[in-house]
Amino acid sequence: MDVMPKWAEIVLVPLISLLLAAVLSALVILAIGEDPVAAVKLMVNGALGSSYGWGYTLYYATNFMFTGLAVAIAFHARMFNIGGEGQAALGGLGVALVCLYIPWPHWSLALIGAAVGAAIFGAAWAAIPAYLQAKRGSHIVITTIMFNFIAASVLNYVLVNLLRPAGQMDPATARFPEAVHLPTLHDILAPIGINFSKAAPANVSLLLAVAACVFLWVLIWRTRLGYEIRAYGQSEPAAEYAGISPVKIIMVSMLISGALAGMMATNNVMGEAERLVLNSVEGAGFIGIAVALMGRSHPFGVFLAAILFGFLYQGGAELALWTSIPRELIVVIQALVILFTGALDNMVRMPLESIFLAARRRTPPKPERKEG
Amino acid sequence: MDIYLTLIQLLDSTVRLATPLLLACLAGLYSERAGIFDIGLEGKMLAAAFFSAAIAAMTGSVWIGLLAGIASSMVLSAIHGVASITFRGNQLISGVAINFLAAGMTVLIAQAWFQQGGRTPSLFGGGRFEPITLPFAEALQDVPFLGPLYYELISGHSILVYAAFAAVPLTWWLLFRTRFGLRLRAVGENPAAVDTAGVSVVGLRFAAVGICGLLCGIAGAYLSTALQAGFVKDMAAGRGFIALAALIFAKWRPWHALYATLLFGLFGALETRPDVIEGLTGMKVQGQLLAALPYVMTVIILAGFVGKAIPPRAGGEPYVKER
Repeated sequence: MDVMPKWAEIVLVPLISLLLAAVLSALVILAIGEDPVAAVKLMVNGALGSSYGWGYTLYYATNFMFTGLAVAIAFHARMFNIGGEGQAALGGLGVALVCLYIPWPHWSLALIGAAVGAAIFGAAWAAIPAYLQAKRGSHIVITTIMFNFIAASVLNYVLVNLLRPAGQMDPATARFPEAVHLPTLHDILAPIGINFSKAAPANVSLLLAVAACVFLWVLIWRTRLGYEIRAYGQSEPAAEYAGISPVKIIMVSMLISGALAGMMATNNVMGEAERLVLNSVEGAGFIGIAVALMGRSHPFGVFLAAILFGFLYQGGAELALWTSIPRELIVVIQALVILFTGALDNMVRMPLESIFLAARRRTPPKPERKEG
Repeated sequence: MDIYLTLIQLLDSTVRLATPLLLACLAGLYSERAGIFDIGLEGKMLAAAFFSAAIAAMTGSVWIGLLAGIASSMVLSAIHGVASITFRGNQLISGVAINFLAAGMTVLIAQAWFQQGGRTPSLFGGGRFEPITLPFAEALQDVPFLGPLYYELISGHSILVYAAFAAVPLTWWLLFRTRFGLRLRAVGENPAAVDTAGVSVVGLRFAAVGICGLLCGIAGAYLSTALQAGFVKDMAAGRGFIALAALIFAKWRPWHALYATLLFGLFGALETRPDVIEGLTGMKVQGQLLAALPYVMTVIILAGFVGKAIPPRAGGEPYVKER
């Protein structure tokens, strides 16, 4: 069954897919009459050349870590959670309610409270599609798509009619109180003598995201529940035969998934905007799909992929600022990454497998030769 | 009479808004009946909307624009087909990729071609599908009751609207009265049986995906050259997903697709005319509720609380011959 060695499976296949996506992206840049090399230089400089750039890169990466992990845990149970967008939006509502209506004495307590609020709201929004899948067999992809749109309407209604302060025109909540402001990387790094840019929005949520990566790794590979989730994802009938309840696995993995997506709001709503606005998620829920695919649903892979996408996002913003290439270039790159690492996976794997097969046939096992 | 006229105007915009949904819904119908899930309807519509508007703006001919739109949509369909049929990839992931590809590419190319912030120039004259006045419509306009009905509601749409409505019986006939249709439906239920009978599963599925691309192309062209005059960023605005919802609502049947899309079109029309609802029912209905209604209803249908929607049995599964 295993034609390829493990390193080829987890490093070579995604790497070639990524290369294909990069080459095609370069061709796209060429086709719209720009210089790909100059574009890449500008992106690297803008995203990684200063602590300001790094601050934005890490800020975006924090978002993508949460949503990427959310998609990844669902993938492990062989479910496709497209609802990250809606779950993160509802998570934002959770954060806003916690921050606005509870008088927090210190930001650290507020962060814990907000993370719990966000997780509960995100999980609750994922719970309904999960329940319908588990109990009534409705397809989770379709229901989570529908729930994204419903979430947008719900949030629109809540912001316009319930949470908008009197006399304010735009649909947004009031500013959060001063006490819940999260320290940025500047605040954290200044005491140890590192002068990190003050303007960049990267904040302490980054550590929360990294902790979430570690948590998920422990959960999936070091606990009984994680084993059950993986077993269910590998083969539903086998898992059921082994006494694993499908209803439980679907519910638990989707609840964790929704909670992780929701917790993204600690970064963008609490850490950056400091109030809840319409469309605060800005597509991060969907980028989670690309991040999870590229990271092969492994928390460490998700971590790396999130940083890469953070780089792309910040680099793309710089590109849009200094050239006539619009930000949508990132969306194209994202599409190509999803296409090659997700849907066209076999296109890369099939020829690789035949190469490895041929190589194995040509070189007979070494010990036998020594004997002869 | 006044209420009657308002009602007719409401139904008129219902028809206008339902047309792209209907075309996309039928597109999804062919694809999913053949066992290929397609959540990339949105992306195909968007790409077609852009290319038909862009080419119509450059050539001045809406028909060449329509062809370009169809071609772009069919290219995306081909990508979907190669990924999900040839390489047996995940159809859902492929659909997601196509949506993003279209969302990004349209703005990127629009900016490179027209430098207008990701939109095309406004279309006028031959660059648009103009409304068609049906025979005697103006003469009969003053006939009580039926006159306005004929003039406002039935006459005065662009040719694509009539084509969309004609596609419904055509689809029914093709799927349920021809050999091709029988095989296409069979390939979505039990591809192994079709394969055993010596008919190409791959060929049939590619044909279905091709028809899907064609219809999405017309739907997209309608958006930018008939409903509006030009392409703007993200102009499909979730219509591909509403069409998907309508398809579930219709339980993958052509006539029901017509009813479902008309219903969703009506919600869309009501959303822009909250005064009508207030006048008719005396209640103030939130616009957000109307916007969410198609999605909520679809979830309820999917959950099987009101009739069960059972998708084609082999849907979403790549066919492996050697199994």
